[in-house]
Amino acid sequence: MNLAAGVQIVSFGLLAAIILVGALGVVLLPNIVFAAFLLGLVFIGMAGQYLLLNADFVAAAQVLIYVGAVNVLILFAIMLVNKKEDFTPLPRAWVRRGATALVCLGLFALMGTTIASTPWALDPAPTVSSSVATIGAHFFSDFLLPFELVSVLLLAALIGAVVLARRDYLPTVKEQETVFSLPERPRELITSDSK
Amino acid sequence: MNPGIDLQASVIHVLTDLGVPEDLAPVLWVPLPLLLMLAAATVGVLVAVWLERKVSAAAQQRVGPEYIGPLGILAPVADGLKLIFKEDVIPAKADPLLFTLGPAIVVIPVFLSYLVVPFGQKMVITDLGIGIFFWIALASVVPIGLLMAGYASNNKYALLGGLRAAAQSISYEIPLALAVLAIVMMSNSLSTIDIVQQQSGYGILGWNLWRQPVGLVIFWVAALAECERLPFDLPEAEEELVAGYQTEYTGMKFGLFYLGSYVNLILSSLLFAVLYLGGWESPVSVSWLVGLVGVPENTPWVEVITASLGVVMTLFKAYLLLFLAILLRWTVPRVRIDQLLDLGWKFLLPVSLVNLLATAALKLAFPVAFGG
Repeated sequence: MNLAAGVQIVSFGLLAAIILVGALGVVLLPNIVFAAFLLGLVFIGMAGQYLLLNADFVAAAQVLIYVGAVNVLILFAIMLVNKKEDFTPLPRAWVRRGATALVCLGLFALMGTTIASTPWALDPAPTVSSSVATIGAHFFSDFLLPFELVSVLLLAALIGAVVLARRDYLPTVKEQETVFSLPERPRELITSDSK
Repeated sequence: MNPGIDLQASVIHVLTDLGVPEDLAPVLWVPLPLLLMLAAATVGVLVAVWLERKVSAAAQQRVGPEYIGPLGILAPVADGLKLIFKEDVIPAKADPLLFTLGPAIVVIPVFLSYLVVPFGQKMVITDLGIGIFFWIALASVVPIGLLMAGYASNNKYALLGGLRAAAQSISYEIPLALAVLAIVMMSNSLSTIDIVQQQSGYGILGWNLWRQPVGLVIFWVAALAECERLPFDLPEAEEELVAGYQTEYTGMKFGLFYLGSYVNLILSSLLFAVLYLGGWESPVSVSWLVGLVGVPENTPWVEVITASLGVVMTLFKAYLLLFLAILLRWTVPRVRIDQLLDLGWKFLLPVSLVNLLATAALKLAFPVAFGG
């Protein structure tokens, strides 16, 4: 094993550990802000894994979109509504947690067996000179339909955001006319003849 | 094309001559340019801070630093030393972990972006295939650090400042990326080396300055906003927010923010020079001059002169832009937050989209001039 392969294996292990620990933290930590920051760490770790797979463009796009946009927006949402509030502990909360854990473990087992049982066509890593050009060529040939469908999805989200942001499309709730009054007691006016 | 000097190959050659094993020599080479760049970036910050003091003084008809070293050139060093020796205070109710991590997350991506800044044909740490996109992706990580710092300070001004900074970064990232995309479209490559290559050959006439006048303005405005320089230093607007996300910071943690903002400004100037002002190319094409004199281009001394001229040119252009940014800071008033967001979303974004479209059309119509 030469040096490059060793570095690759060590970085794979480190990145995998970061992703696993980070993901567990996202799910298990009670503090939602910590969870959101750890989500960013998980995304960075995944970008690192893409880099190890020679997909530099995908890695950069992962950082740009998931860390730079999605995670920032999640943090934004949390910080704008972050009201310090103590929730009353639910009775038998462990039932829910147990059920969730069971479902998650089931999913993990299912996907694990699928991955293990699928005969993957493993090419010895194709040496792509420019991953951008390769991705572009695929987008406009055999992946044209999914690419266009995703753009339609984004368009739908865009129009939805515009509709939500422009209040005149929403049914307006008639607000009651409020009569403003001063919270003071009415006082007698000071007259000049009061001695 | 003239390949220029290949420092990497020569250093590795020297190392193997000294008896270092062949597969270990490249490993020994790797940290050298990284350390060099780190040192250069830090020294660049010192120069920028000194320039800021001197130019602001000139703008306000003062003298500025005068006695700390010749022309006050050691003033930024004194600033740095002061910050290093200050007590590192973490507020009692702050979140100590996030409070410490915040400044680091702001600074690290900025320094990492120096990986793709070229100073010559082979004078770049790595010629990444994704080049300029690497910088854009890394720049998008910075708002997370700002939000983290703002949140962890447990201070309403800090939180508001952090939110403002993040909102500003994400709004101006899009016009910035679109302006860069227009350049990339003309260069047919994301690599910073190729972008400069495409502008070379005709001296000052070949620079992207003439082909992308609109993109240039968009890039400069967006870059200033990304660096939070006045007129866009909303996150630190002192009359509204005390000092924004930096309010609770002191000592070297504040120093990291300060360092990061100047490193980012220099980085933006360098990349502006690379994208629009021909990078390391001189206003008069060096290879043309050399041809005029009649010396073969791969003569050693010509290569050394060309390479040093390239570094000097890149730095000269970058510091010219830095001077412009400093002058802007001391002459232009700050915009309001609603004006800032209006400018970003309602003006720069549509204009940069039209610019991209026009570039694409021009590329199809005049493939000779627009890199078809």
